[in-house]
Amino acid sequence: MTLILFKTLLILIIFLISLGIAAYSTYGERKIAAFLQDRIGPDRAGPFGILQPIADGVKMFLKEEIIPNVSNKWLFILGPCIFMVTALMTSAVIPWGLPLEISGVKYNLQVADINIGILYVLGVVSLGVYGIMIGGWASNNKFALLGAIRASSQMISYELAMGMSVIAILLMNDGSLSLNSMVENQGTGKLYGFINISGMNWNVFYQPVAFLIFLICAFAECNRTPFDLAESESELIGGFHTEYSSMKLGLYLFAEYINMFISAAVISCLFFGGYNFPGISYLQEILPANIVSLISVAVLFGKIIFFIFFFMWIRWTIPRFRYDQLMRLGWQWLMPLSIINMLISGAVLIWIRN
Amino acid sequence: MQLTNRAQQVVQKEMTLAERLYLPAIFAGLSITIKHLFKKKATLKYPEVKREFAPVYRGQHVLKRDAEGRENCTACGLCAVSCPAEAITMDAAERKAGEEHLYREEKYAAKYEINMLRCIYCGLCEEACPKDAIYLTDRIVASEFTRGKFVYGKDVLVEKMDDRIDVSQRKKHYSIVNN
Repeated sequence: MTLILFKTLLILIIFLISLGIAAYSTYGERKIAAFLQDRIGPDRAGPFGILQPIADGVKMFLKEEIIPNVSNKWLFILGPCIFMVTALMTSAVIPWGLPLEISGVKYNLQVADINIGILYVLGVVSLGVYGIMIGGWASNNKFALLGAIRASSQMISYELAMGMSVIAILLMNDGSLSLNSMVENQGTGKLYGFINISGMNWNVFYQPVAFLIFLICAFAECNRTPFDLAESESELIGGFHTEYSSMKLGLYLFAEYINMFISAAVISCLFFGGYNFPGISYLQEILPANIVSLISVAVLFGKIIFFIFFFMWIRWTIPRFRYDQLMRLGWQWLMPLSIINMLISGAVLIWIRN
Repeated sequence: MQLTNRAQQVVQKEMTLAERLYLPAIFAGLSITIKHLFKKKATLKYPEVKREFAPVYRGQHVLKRDAEGRENCTACGLCAVSCPAEAITMDAAERKAGEEHLYREEKYAAKYEINMLRCIYCGLCEEACPKDAIYLTDRIVASEFTRGKFVYGKDVLVEKMDDRIDVSQRKKHYSIVNN
């Protein structure tokens, strides 16, 4: 099997998985929302309502497609496309597991191990704001425009704190931006230098503040509650996707869930050791390499699913922020906090290494 | 007047740092919501499981027949007079010879209509009825596509002989109220 073929297959599989997870996130969201409110949730389509995403998808496709007369038609179509493409592109740099060995050749379970990994994620995510902005502006609707403005200002403000919080991780990682090396470093060495559990050297134990900042910013970047001001139904009739219908609306909603999936993956990779799990070196001794590799993929997906659940859990716990509260949190709390965190971790690292 | 002892004085004091961080409050909220994940669900899966009505539930009306299958209603019009929503209309007619097996009294309702959209299900009609003729039951008024269909005539309201409606629970309730 050539490298090209393997990578093509990997890209295809990752796309299918992220689309599948996004589809089932909508189902999971409704189910979890229901459970947290003492309801049952969708249970009519198939056993336990397991076919609900398919029914929803069919519904979305069959709905009438309306492009408003007064809209800028090309941009109106371009908006959801950009949002979807950027959401899917982010998955390229995430290391999904230990290398697979097929007929003597090792294949990395990562589409592209580029040395600016996390920077690429931040860059592509910040491109996603164009999808919302263009869509909201092209609709030629006041509510859509308001939603788009809110979304863009919110995403731009929170990207700063997000980037700053990642710098603390970069410092610990000897300045390397590659997600692969970050995950590998979390799998080696002893926790705090003396607790010897293999595969447990996770960054979250060293950088809890950075993790908290990154988590909050991830919520804001995904436009999830409590930061869903961009699409607040009660204030803006859905915000930037007010004018959208049919599958274009579907793309927006879908891309949001893909964003959630990707940010859960990035959080797991940066702070929770990616595919590493306690006892990974012991399993490597007693099991064939490929099986351990598959287990590591499963572990990463377990972490991702937990974080997706956490996103939904938060959604049904915390009410929406007011706009000024959102900005105050972003600029007056998270920004200074992340800078202080960066300075302290840098100072401590210099002190340790000398 | 103090109704409960749960009232709390509202104080607007400066928040402490822990309160301003919101994190303890968020964790408390998260622990509350996660508890609900394991609670018993309140939902009944409707078509399969039906919620039991209270014995005094006031649903669709029935015009009763007596044991021999004769209509009880004598078209006195007390129900129509008592109706606060003016939902009931009727036309009285005199019982002819040979119709004794159909109507119990000498006068009967030739037309008896209740507009189910006007009705507020207060139950004053059954309280007013001197002849044990009208009762509210635990049946739900079915949904329709046109407003006109909600004007129920005698064909819907009068109980069928092969499908008698049991109103003993309501009668018991009224005997308790009246005594």
